[in-house]
Amino acid sequence: MNHMFTAMKKGRLVAGLVAVGAVVALAGCASSDPLGTTSTSGSSEAAAGGPIVIGSQAYYSNEIIAEIYAQALEANGIEVTRQFNIGQRDAYLPALESGEVQLFPEYTGNLLQYYDPETTAKTSDDVYAALADALPEGLEVLDQSPATDQDSYNVTKEFSEANGVTSLDDLAAVTTPITLGGNSELQTRPYGPEGLLSTYGVTVGFTAIEDSGGPLTIQALKDNTVQMVNIYSADPNIKTSGLVTLEDPKGLFLASNVVPLINTDAATPEVTEVINKVSAALTAADLVDLNSQSVNDQESAEDIASGWLEKVALF
Amino acid sequence: MKWLESNLDLVWELMVDHVALCVPPILLGFVISIPIGWLANRYRPSRGVILVVLGLLYTIPSIPLFVFMPIVLGTPLLSPVNVVVALTIYAVALMVRTAADGLASVDRDVLQAASAMGYSSWQRFWRVELPLSGPVLLSGLRVVSASTVSLATLGVIIGVQSLGYLFTNGFQRNIPIEVVTGIVATLLIAVVFDLLLVLLGRVLLPWSRGDGRQDARRARRRTATLVAEGIS
Amino acid sequence: MNLILGGIAWILDPANQTGPNGWFARLAEQLGYTFGAVAIAAVIAIPLGYLVGHTGKGRDLAVSISGGLRALPSLGVLILFGFALGIGFKAPLLTLVVLAIPPLLAGAYSGFEAIDRRTVDAARAVGMTELQVVGKVEVPLGLPLLIGGVRSSILQVVATATLAGYIGGGALGTYIFQGAATRDYEQMLGASILVTALALVLEGIFALLQKLVVPRGVVAKEPQEVRTRSSRPRAAMGSPIREGK
Repeated sequence: MNHMFTAMKKGRLVAGLVAVGAVVALAGCASSDPLGTTSTSGSSEAAAGGPIVIGSQAYYSNEIIAEIYAQALEANGIEVTRQFNIGQRDAYLPALESGEVQLFPEYTGNLLQYYDPETTAKTSDDVYAALADALPEGLEVLDQSPATDQDSYNVTKEFSEANGVTSLDDLAAVTTPITLGGNSELQTRPYGPEGLLSTYGVTVGFTAIEDSGGPLTIQALKDNTVQMVNIYSADPNIKTSGLVTLEDPKGLFLASNVVPLINTDAATPEVTEVINKVSAALTAADLVDLNSQSVNDQESAEDIASGWLEKVALF
Repeated sequence: MKWLESNLDLVWELMVDHVALCVPPILLGFVISIPIGWLANRYRPSRGVILVVLGLLYTIPSIPLFVFMPIVLGTPLLSPVNVVVALTIYAVALMVRTAADGLASVDRDVLQAASAMGYSSWQRFWRVELPLSGPVLLSGLRVVSASTVSLATLGVIIGVQSLGYLFTNGFQRNIPIEVVTGIVATLLIAVVFDLLLVLLGRVLLPWSRGDGRQDARRARRRTATLVAEGIS
Repeated sequence: MNLILGGIAWILDPANQTGPNGWFARLAEQLGYTFGAVAIAAVIAIPLGYLVGHTGKGRDLAVSISGGLRALPSLGVLILFGFALGIGFKAPLLTLVVLAIPPLLAGAYSGFEAIDRRTVDAARAVGMTELQVVGKVEVPLGLPLLIGGVRSSILQVVATATLAGYIGGGALGTYIFQGAATRDYEQMLGASILVTALALVLEGIFALLQKLVVPRGVVAKEPQEVRTRSSRPRAAMGSPIREGK
């Protein structure tokens, strides 16, 4: 190589330019990529009547709903920008308030507890009503969907039978120590270990596993590293893994329906109408089914969303 | 495998995002490190302090650094700029010592010869010092490139798209092939970057390829020393 | 500045110090991961590196392995091991072992390679067996670079051990992930300060160690060509770039 290059100085120069060009082109093509679809779009652009920025949690099920919103809006000629996969509530709500993100699939109970940890609302309708009051200036919710996806505490069938536990109320009688597994933020949530103690008088340890009730959480439960785990109620794993969801007679968890959270600036009549139609059509069984397509059939969020929209034929 | 078939587009998009995220820090890290490395050599007493302090930046855990960027910079929370700046900091931390060593490795006699030929120190730097330290700088840049490509995956934890998405998403959905795809795609980008850098080196620094066996042996030994210096 | 003070206040708060979730325990876990992973990696990488360095065979392979492993994204590897091994300390430990290997391997073989060939030839000439050459000449003379490799790998592992928290493996990362999820900046910063301080302390210890174990006669200085005096570079010792994550 070297001899060739030293022999042909011009060739070397040209090759050098090509190599530099390749690097620059790589950088250039990369930065001219519609990064807007995933990142750089700021609030100013959106507020000025640009595409509506839809966000989602870093949770596959939430991303499917966000994708449904996006495709439904697109089907109605409204431009959207997808900014999915934004951490947990504490990370994305500030972005919604600032307008960096404008529309977001949310869950009524968890959202209410975020803004009003002392809330006494329990039923679906009460929670929805309370939520409208609790939201900060600039944010509003559209109609809530009948589909629910709420935190729930689950144990293995063996644990349930061995200890006679089917409800959170039964836990206080269990003599062996209980460790709760879930995402790290659960530890500070009102329905976390502290809530269990104050509402049901149960003391539990805590182990953080950051997969949102995914495979490691369930594996840890099965091999008894933890004895109880937080899994969202629409998670198909509850059924496939034969887990027992403990009843919650004292209402530690609030009812939590899927609800679109929107920045007021973006809540035009057209957007509101489209998204409300979607919410009305999405049932609890649908949601479990959508999740199962993702987890068990390994479908992409895009395909799952378009499949569902086709099925319900709203537009 | 089902997952891979239906997600090739996603993988490609993420690779493009990933490249976009990695290229600026690699280039910026290189450009920033050289004057710092030069300064470190120029004023001997400052050398140890500068190199140690900047080197320690590399031990700041990455997730907090990503999270604190918007607070420090005033950028939007979800802006990729946060990750780019953080990765640049790591790139500088890795590159500065190599830059200093590379510049210091230039034979003093050569520098004196250049001065004797009437080069100003500015000319001497651009025409003699920088090109002659090229091989060492290149080896450092290759390390920075590999490390940056790997670190950029963590951007996903603060919501900036990169191949790391395949890790967190595959984790939740229990799809090992998705995680494996993410790892392979990351390595692929790293290899392509590395090849481009090597090519660039061959073209711009033709003298760094030894002509005789003696030189080759010496060059090899020098890289050996560098490698063990931590630039492995 | 307020943030940093907040982080320090978090560290100083006795409520955050003791108990199974206190930082005393988490720091110990972090150290456990660090030394555990580096020890396991050393058992694998150092003999291998010595073999490569002594025989000169497989050098290119060793170089590509240590280079390639560097680009391996730790989070992905951690999750894969997690799938196989479940939560707990095993998956993070294995991930960190993989991470610790490249600098150790490089330190071991380049330590041998940096030795003046004439020294090795001289050792053979006075009648040393190959084993004696390795044990009495190459290992001691290669020590400075090996220690440099150990130092690199420890610093890299100590920072990356924070990832263990992602799959319930404890250590200081537990605070960082929780802090990130709940925007608890003080906790996050406190834990980050602890990690960086730990790295600083380890760095100091190793800088000292590196000075102490260098055999008499080995020149401890910045590596440079000493062409004016000798046509061959001497074994040189330098301080490694700190690598983390």
